[in-house]
Amino acid sequence: MCFPMLHRSVWPYIASIAALLLLWQLAAGWVDSRALPTPMAVLAVLEREVTSGALPYHLAVTLARVAASFFLALLIGSAIGIVMGRSVLIDRLGDSWLIVFLNLPALVTIVLCYVWFGLTEAAAILAVTINKIPNVVVTVREGARAISRDLLEMAQVFQLGRVRTLRHVVLPSLGPFIIAAARSGLAIVWKIVLVVELLGRSSGVGFQINLFFQLFDVAGILAYTIAFVAVIQLLELGVLQPLERRANRWRR
Amino acid sequence: MTALVVDIREKRYPAVGRADAAVALRDLRFEAASGELLCVVGPSGCGKTTLLNIIAGLDRDFSGRMTLPPMAKGRPAIGYVFQNARLLPWRTVLENIELVMPPSEGRRRRALDLLAATGLGDVAQVYPERLSVGMGRRVALARAFAIDPQLLLLDEPFVSLDEPTAQRLRLLLLEIWGRQPTTVLFVTHDLREAILLADRIIVLSPPPARVVASIPIALPRDAQRDAAAIEAVRRQLLDELGDSFGTL
Repeated sequence: MCFPMLHRSVWPYIASIAALLLLWQLAAGWVDSRALPTPMAVLAVLEREVTSGALPYHLAVTLARVAASFFLALLIGSAIGIVMGRSVLIDRLGDSWLIVFLNLPALVTIVLCYVWFGLTEAAAILAVTINKIPNVVVTVREGARAISRDLLEMAQVFQLGRVRTLRHVVLPSLGPFIIAAARSGLAIVWKIVLVVELLGRSSGVGFQINLFFQLFDVAGILAYTIAFVAVIQLLELGVLQPLERRANRWRR
Repeated sequence: MTALVVDIREKRYPAVGRADAAVALRDLRFEAASGELLCVVGPSGCGKTTLLNIIAGLDRDFSGRMTLPPMAKGRPAIGYVFQNARLLPWRTVLENIELVMPPSEGRRRRALDLLAATGLGDVAQVYPERLSVGMGRRVALARAFAIDPQLLLLDEPFVSLDEPTAQRLRLLLLEIWGRQPTTVLFVTHDLREAILLADRIIVLSPPPARVVASIPIALPRDAQRDAAAIEAVRRQLLDELGDSFGTL
């Protein structure tokens, strides 16, 4: 009540989560089976896994993989996107490759990376990165095409040079596009990381879920999923959204 | 001393879509003396902006020759006030000015001085989207002077402003130019504006544009602000040049 603004923006969020939990509880009561444990049962597993240290460990490993492939994909994809957006020739040369990679199923990339480079950490991260790069390229290329010619001419006349033109003209105009790529990227990357872990790693949330799957332990699967989704949500709310607001603060 | 020699044999725009190829400029020649304020007038669409873009080095696809003021090193600094302000929307007014200046101790001080001189002291920390059109033009003017240009190009910088604002900015231009003399090429289609500002007026023909007249303005600087004197010169010019002015 003291914070009417906060109150108003937060309560639909809380209400919708409460509704989801209620629905889940009702459904679990109705089915009454190990295949659909109640929220409380999942919470108990979550607590057990946290105190044993298993969940924090696997969560950290997965997050490290997400971070590595996320930043690699963003960096490489942005660079390719800028070049393709600014050069008609390179765009034409690269476009068919881009379409091939866009349509390559994640599973194929993962399997091929493991076959060619072995069941290693590098192969795992490479597979996720290759999966994500084409999406970044497509988004950032749109942004690079939209860079104002007026401003580029201004930079040329006033002799800003390559580095300052990149920093003050190109990157700020790409800002919204890079952030869009980052947000959709985070969502894609963490899902692919779980598959990569399931297929060829012996740590991480994906590996744990595989383990619980073999035991048909749905409570375990849900406990890990909830913990992981919560962390990703926090990243989105605590890092990506503030970044987006900061990048847009000049707008009227 | 000659600061600028323009000798364009031909500038041609290739055919695009249904538009035919067009010759924008042909045999366009003139020189500007160092420190001279030259106004270029001509009917709208005669290629004035094309001319400025060639001089600024933005358009190299022409035949002919262009000599800029000689410099100790590198290309001479050219200040360009475009028709639209072309400020970086994600940088504050002050950052927009500082960005084009070579890094130095007194850079911020000098940028702030220029903003104060253009009456923008209060908006130094504001983002350009919050400025009015007139204020944006003033920032663009301050930015062009901030680099101590050997050559200052202005492309109808005061068009579409209300007359009192435009007049204030014209006087502001003269004031800064008086303190910081440089060779100026001012493009306009407003003959009164040209008479008010210029040492000399260059008149361009309809496309393909060439120089049809080069007219020194003999009015003393003080009298140039007098509307009646300007009107008298304008009538005289129109009589002398007849049709080539069109609707100027």
